[in-house]
Amino acid sequence: MRPADTLRFATRAATAYPVRTALMMLAMSIGVAAVVVLTALGDGARRYVLAEFSALGSNLVIMLPGRSETGGFGLGNLISTTPRDLTVQDAEALRRAPLVERIAPMAVGNSEIAFGGRLREVMVLGTTADYLELRRFRMAQGSFLPAGDATRAGSVAVLGAKLRDELFGHEAAVGRMIRLGDRRLRVVGVLERSGQGLGMNSDELVIVPVATAQNLFDTNTLFRVLIETRSREALGPVQRQVEDLMRLRRGGELDVTLITQDAILGTFDRVLLALTLGVAGIAAISLAVAGILVMNVMLVAITQRTAEIGLLKALGATGGAIRNAFLVEAALLSLAGAIAGLGIGHAGAWGLRIAFPVLPAWPPDWAVAAGLGTAVFTGVLFGVMPARRAARLDPIQALARR
Amino acid sequence: MAQIELDGIQRIFRLGDSEVHALRDIELRIEAGEYLSVMGPSGSGKSTLLNLLGLLDRPNAGHYHLEGRDVTTLDADEQARVRSTRIGFVFQSFHLVSRLTAAENIALPLMLAGVDVAERNTRVRRALNDFGLAPRAHHKPEELSGGQRQRVAIARATIMQPAVLLADEPTGNLDRSTGHEVTELLESLNRSGTTLIVVTHDPTMGERATRRIRMEDGAIVSDAAAPRELPA
Repeated sequence: MRPADTLRFATRAATAYPVRTALMMLAMSIGVAAVVVLTALGDGARRYVLAEFSALGSNLVIMLPGRSETGGFGLGNLISTTPRDLTVQDAEALRRAPLVERIAPMAVGNSEIAFGGRLREVMVLGTTADYLELRRFRMAQGSFLPAGDATRAGSVAVLGAKLRDELFGHEAAVGRMIRLGDRRLRVVGVLERSGQGLGMNSDELVIVPVATAQNLFDTNTLFRVLIETRSREALGPVQRQVEDLMRLRRGGELDVTLITQDAILGTFDRVLLALTLGVAGIAAISLAVAGILVMNVMLVAITQRTAEIGLLKALGATGGAIRNAFLVEAALLSLAGAIAGLGIGHAGAWGLRIAFPVLPAWPPDWAVAAGLGTAVFTGVLFGVMPARRAARLDPIQALARR
Repeated sequence: MAQIELDGIQRIFRLGDSEVHALRDIELRIEAGEYLSVMGPSGSGKSTLLNLLGLLDRPNAGHYHLEGRDVTTLDADEQARVRSTRIGFVFQSFHLVSRLTAAENIALPLMLAGVDVAERNTRVRRALNDFGLAPRAHHKPEELSGGQRQRVAIARATIMQPAVLLADEPTGNLDRSTGHEVTELLESLNRSGTTLIVVTHDPTMGERATRRIRMEDGAIVSDAAAPRELPA
């Protein structure tokens, strides 16, 4: 039998039983679609988190108060409290390190913002003029915080785009006075819309000079200090320089933790990749189930077509020709199901992207390839046993069956 | 040397702990172009003999020479090749593949033998014309009458131009007149040189053969040539 004939014969056999073929394609396609959608979700989450941190800028060292015993980056030092204040003076001192490009201290807290009778809870970020460049933000109107002495509590504020809309509506915001907590501040600028970043939505943020924020919250300590280095290669040297400087300032004791962006990205990347793989593995179980269904359906097909197999043998078909025909039929059914599943999966991922625009829910190529490959592989694998059974049928008994 | 030579053929089936001798010491010579009928009661071994002649079954003992070649020693794939090129089967219940058209059913042996598509189409078209099936070429078996179905089956059995045509109750599922047509068709194929071996219960069909074999209990009890040639 020629390969083209085997293929045509198997196709005719598959299409001759539409209900059976549709059911099997459905089972296989659910498996493949599950792999595609779940990996799209997992990988989307991974990309989302990576994008969040990449939005910080690429050559970043983050200094936070407190020291975890083991060092390095762990979830613990994201929430640990400080034994000693990290101050604006500490941050300013770091400017002396030669490879440091920008320094932005951060003091963070919640307060109330009010304008013209409208009042809302707001997240307040106290920082310096460098913050704008460091975060690659752009101004929609006005200007950012003025450069100058970081210890001076200027009465100015910069609003996030959404906050501006809520407070001022169609009115101009720049130049107006707002109330923040117990202070009156003048709005000097509005940020361009940029969305999420570093766990806060900068569209709903009010940014004030760091000393103003510290006065507002009655504290001396900083939440974080962001340090941008001159180049990516400078990350390591800067980390050491900053450690030396801080140790010097603290009488030999290092009580801050430094995190490079690479460390954070690497960790999240690993965690979320593992998560995606795990989810893909769970979805792959449904492919194995579909494979067993392929086997069942093919066994039923062979029982239904026993007389046909006997006839083919009487007409001179070798066992190998019959085995190939059934194997190709199983492979075709799996492939058709897999392709249908790919379509459904991509539609599902598209639906996810529509429903959650922030999530880049694209199925990764490796998952698509693995899903298709596993589907066809299991289809063929579970098709082998029925096909061999068909090839071994005794033609006399097969012909006697009607 | 005869076309078919059976020597000391034994076929034993085991049913539980008892042994059934389906064929005992069969000795048979059949010349090319002969017209044989095999008759006998149910269970006499007629069908077993036919299956054996068609290489669908193997004897427990003895030798079967087809055209001088000992085919009992061939492996399954070689036997399949012999079936493909030298033997045609016609069954009582037609055994057409229901999802394939008449033309595709006739083309099956050519496809299994790996004949290329152009050659296949020419031969199938010729066969459809020869058997008066041209208008039914693209009909499925369920759209054909019994006689048409058996004609498709005979066209399929002869498309490879086999040396031997084996027919197992070819008219068993047909009414008298279509049965007669089918018999005449088989006989005309025999006249053009194909050896025809018919297994039947029907005495009128059996009587038409030029050589009649009667079997009982797995043995050939009579083997007689017809007293006269039947009129064409």
